[in-house]
Formats: sequence, structure tokens, C-alpha cells
Amino acid sequence: MRDLVKTYPAARGRRGADRGPAVRASDGISLDVRRGEIFGLLGPNGAGKSTLVRQLTGLLRPDSGTIRVLGHDLVRHPERAARLLGYLGQESTALDEMTVALAVETTGRLRGLDAAGARSARDAVLTELGLTGIAARPLKKLSGGQRRLACFATVLIGERPLLVLDEPTTGMDPVARRAVWAAVDRRRAERGATVVLVTHNVLEAESVLDRVAVIDRGRVIACDTPGGLKERVADEVRLELVWRDRPPLDVAEVAALRPAAQVSGRRWTLRLPADEARAAVSAVTTGPAFAALDDFTFATPSLEDVYLSLGGRGQGLVKA
Amino acid sequence: MKERTATGAAKGDGAEHEHQEGLDDGVSVVPPQAAAPASPGTGTGPDDEPAAPLAPRARLLPALGAVYRAQLSRARVARIPLLFVATFQSVGIMIMMRGVVDGGTEARFVVSGASVLVVAFVALNLLAQYFGQLRAGGGLDHYATLPVPPAAVVLGAAAAYASFTVPGAVATALAGGVLFRLPMAHLWVLAAVIPLSGAALSGLGAALGLLAPRQEIATLCGQLGMSAALLLGVLPPGGMPTVIDYARDLLPSTYGVEALTRSFAARPDWLMVGADLGVCAAVGVLSLTAATWAYRRAAAR
Repeated sequence: MRDLVKTYPAARGRRGADRGPAVRASDGISLDVRRGEIFGLLGPNGAGKSTLVRQLTGLLRPDSGTIRVLGHDLVRHPERAARLLGYLGQESTALDEMTVALAVETTGRLRGLDAAGARSARDAVLTELGLTGIAARPLKKLSGGQRRLACFATVLIGERPLLVLDEPTTGMDPVARRAVWAAVDRRRAERGATVVLVTHNVLEAESVLDRVAVIDRGRVIACDTPGGLKERVADEVRLELVWRDRPPLDVAEVAALRPAAQVSGRRWTLRLPADEARAAVSAVTTGPAFAALDDFTFATPSLEDVYLSLGGRGQGLVKA
Repeated sequence: MKERTATGAAKGDGAEHEHQEGLDDGVSVVPPQAAAPASPGTGTGPDDEPAAPLAPRARLLPALGAVYRAQLSRARVARIPLLFVATFQSVGIMIMMRGVVDGGTEARFVVSGASVLVVAFVALNLLAQYFGQLRAGGGLDHYATLPVPPAAVVLGAAAAYASFTVPGAVATALAGGVLFRLPMAHLWVLAAVIPLSGAALSGLGAALGLLAPRQEIATLCGQLGMSAALLLGVLPPGGMPTVIDYARDLLPSTYGVEALTRSFAARPDWLMVGADLGVCAAVGVLSLTAATWAYRRAAAR
């Protein structure tokens, strides 16, 4: 059986409801996430992803629409959210002046664990994430990535069947990122945990998500597996040309590419059907065009290309 | 910026990057359910799903204890210098007043006022700032997404801040007693004065911090509250204009000051001490209730 975890028909914007023009941060969003899925919300800053997860976690009440999580109506009973899910927000103000160990243990206590249970769960989580070495240091003395990892540890303690993570790996080094994804995978494999993940990092979205909803201006503009989304633009490839100095516009083939290119300094980015791209490559890798060429890459489409081809605004997605 | 939106939903308002709309008449602007899940197999309605068991709530007392412990450790890291400031401020005021007041009832007021001022500095001023900062920085989300009773968060923080005033308030009272040669046999009354005026003032501080629309206003309210406690508490009440007398009666710290003042007498009037502490306790219950309500309001925006 496929479990629908949640649906939001028409959750409407909140901010500025009676002051100035209303902004629809969520504009009629409907999504179903299945149990045990790692589901991503991808979009640039300001697309409405955080607003969406804040409604999901009971922090914001939608103006209309319904949210069901694991069979519970969270619009009617927002207080149940805290008993169903663990939430990693973007801020750590509440924990900044505590040590890592105390922040994790206290959070466990506040998730209803008893004293001994909280201590042993704390030790397990700190070991799992490799935080034991910095357990006695206050969060605000840590680097951004370490602090983020410590906050992630507070989400894991007191196991919840649903984890809602708002940009969990911001600022983390590759080791910390791997620890996060390994912990997420373990919870999914052992307990069937579901993960809803906000990200604006395209590469991360491609590698860890089962399915992804692309959000732009408070709407879902597409929702599919990363592979399925990429198939929509499968007949296109991305060609990036970097010129040494200035583009040789006197070469006819190069001049013909110019209108289609997205120019950023000496870099041209082109999205072309595969055969045209091949022709373009052979044109720029011969003669005077090649002399002016510093570098070029030829790649299959990424989720960023999908996002752009779906009409996204194009700014703010990260490839790292 | 490009203006291209899926399903052309933006037509009709011409807004560039945000959909402007008339309030509450948004029906025409709502797009067709944009890209409903394309995946197969979601035929079952969400309503037929069996509800997953809910994890237990954190109970009030253990949660309160956990918050208290965490807050105390936070304060240990970050607030020690401020405690010294609070104590030095009070001791300095007493030394200053030594030139003006030379014993008697007035000296008792100065010493009690200065001791309770330490409580006001930490419990009212610093707690108002803390909650103001927590609210402004999104820190309340952390607690709001945990199954913890609001009272546990407010009371735990208030208790931690009140506990932190103990060394400063005791040191100030002792220093004052020596400075003005007051009888200190009944100084144990501090053991009731600090928690009760601590409750009243920290409740007030928490409520101010949580209700203030902006962080700066929370800080300002905390500072003003502390200034009021300073002026109305330390200055002996005789000969003040009536307005000031009323203001003094309204300030919860006054009753703590009065109770402590009475205890410096050779034979204190215990009934009045009890009455003053009773007022402190009542105000404490009220202000902490208000703070809990303010927390609920601030957490569920």
C-alpha cells in the first residue's frame, strides 16, 4: 500500500495579509510524499520552500488547505506535528550558547525521553555523526558546518518517523555531508523514516533525492524523480564556452550562437539540441574560434536545466 | 528578471515577482493545481490512511528541569560578566547613597532596593532581551517544534535567570548591611525574597520580551523596567510626589524591597513581611501566566 503522507491543496500566502499587497508564499501547492521517501523541495531563495515546511511543521498555519502527516490532520491539530516529526530550521539561536552534548541531550529530554534514555541516545547520535570530539564545545564557537551538524544531531535524537530538514548541509564539508546522508539512509532503512528536504543545491538534489518538487514563486512547477525530470529535457545538452579574451564574433558560427547564449563574463552557457551542440563544438574547436577558446564543457542536462526550461527565474540555485 | 511562470498563472495582475492580489478573493488567481504529482500509485485517498502513533509529550516537570539546566549552563557561559556588572552597580549605588543617607529606615530601603535591583537587572532586563532575541532570530522554532509544554520553556528560563541573581543579591545585601551597620539576623528572608521577586520580575521580563514586536523594543522595555526598579526601589519612599508613590505601588519589585526592608528591623513585623511576599507571589503567578500566554502567541505565528 502506498501511504500518502501529506497533501496541501491551496495553502495560501500569509505574509502581509492586511498590510500592503499580499505575497503568496504558497500558492495552491499540492504534494504527496510517500512513506520512506527522501523527498526534496528544490528552488531558489525566496521561492517559498521554507514557508512550505514551516506550515508542515505546524509553525505557520496555512490560510486554507489541508496538511495530513501520517494520518494526522495538522491544520486542525498543529500541536501534533511536534510528536510526529523532527525539524531542522535554518536558525540555531536557541542552542548557540549550549555545548553540543547539552543541546542534543536537552532536545532529547524535550522530545519526551527520560534522563537515562536521553543520555544514551545523545551518546549514540554524537558517535554516529562523529561529533564526540567537539561535544563539550559551545555551538557558537564552532564553524558554520560543524554547528549545522550539531543542529542536525538535535533532530535525530528521540527518533521521529518524519524528518523535515531545511537546507541541512549548508556550509558543511564533504565529510559532514556524508555523515548526514548516511544517518538519513540508516533511519530510512531501519525504521522506514520519511525525509522532506529543502535544498537549493542542484547536485545534492540529484544525488540523494528519490523525488523532487521544483518550487518557484510559491508553486510546484514540476514533481518527479530527478531522472524523470531530466528526461523532460533529455534531447538538450548544455554547452559552456569560456573565451580567453573576447568572443571571436567575426567567425560566423560563433556569431550565430551569440543570441542563444546566456553570457556571464567570458562564459557563454548554451542549451541546445544534441545535434546542434555537436555542430557548435566542431565549429569552435577549429580555426580562429579555437584559438580564442579557453575552455569548454559539454554536459547532459542537470536539474538546473530542468528548472530553467520549466520557466524558473534562474537565479539562486547552487552547484556545489 | 524574466517573467515566465508555469501555466501562465500570473496573468491578470501583472506583478513582476510576487503575485499581488485582492485580499480574500483569490479564487481567480489560484492556478490549476500546478503539476499535481505525476507519479503513479497514489490512488488511495489520504483520509483512509491509518494514523501513525504519536510520540509521547514531554511532561511538564522533566521538561522544565531540562530547560532550567540548559539555561543555567548557557548563562554560565555567557552571562557571568553581566552578573558582576549587576552586583557592582548595586554596590556602587549603595556607596553613593552612603553620603546622603546615614542609617535608619532610609538606609534599609537603600540596601533592600539595591539587592532587589540585582534581581531586576538579570531577571527582568536580561530575560526580556533573551526572549526578544530568541523570538527575532527564529530561535523559538526550536522549542515550538518539540512536544514541550509552553510553561516548561518559560518557567525553566525564568527560574534559571532568577537563580543566577542569587550570588549578586546576597553579596549586595551583605555589603549593604556592613556599610550601613544594619542588623542582619533576619537576612534569611532573602531566601524568600529572591525567588518570589525573581518570579514576578522574570515573568514580566519574559512577557515583555515575547510581546515586543521588535527585538530593540524588547531590549528597551527591559532597560526601562530595570531603571524603574532602580529609581523606585533604591530611593526611600518618604517625601515623593503622589504619582511616584502610585508608580512604586505598581512595580512588583517594590514588594520584595519592602519585605526585605522590614526584615532589617530589630523586631520585624512578620505579618507585613508575609503580606509583601504574598503580593510578590501573586504577581509572580500572574506575570508567569502572562509570559506563558505570550510564548504560545509568539511560537504559533
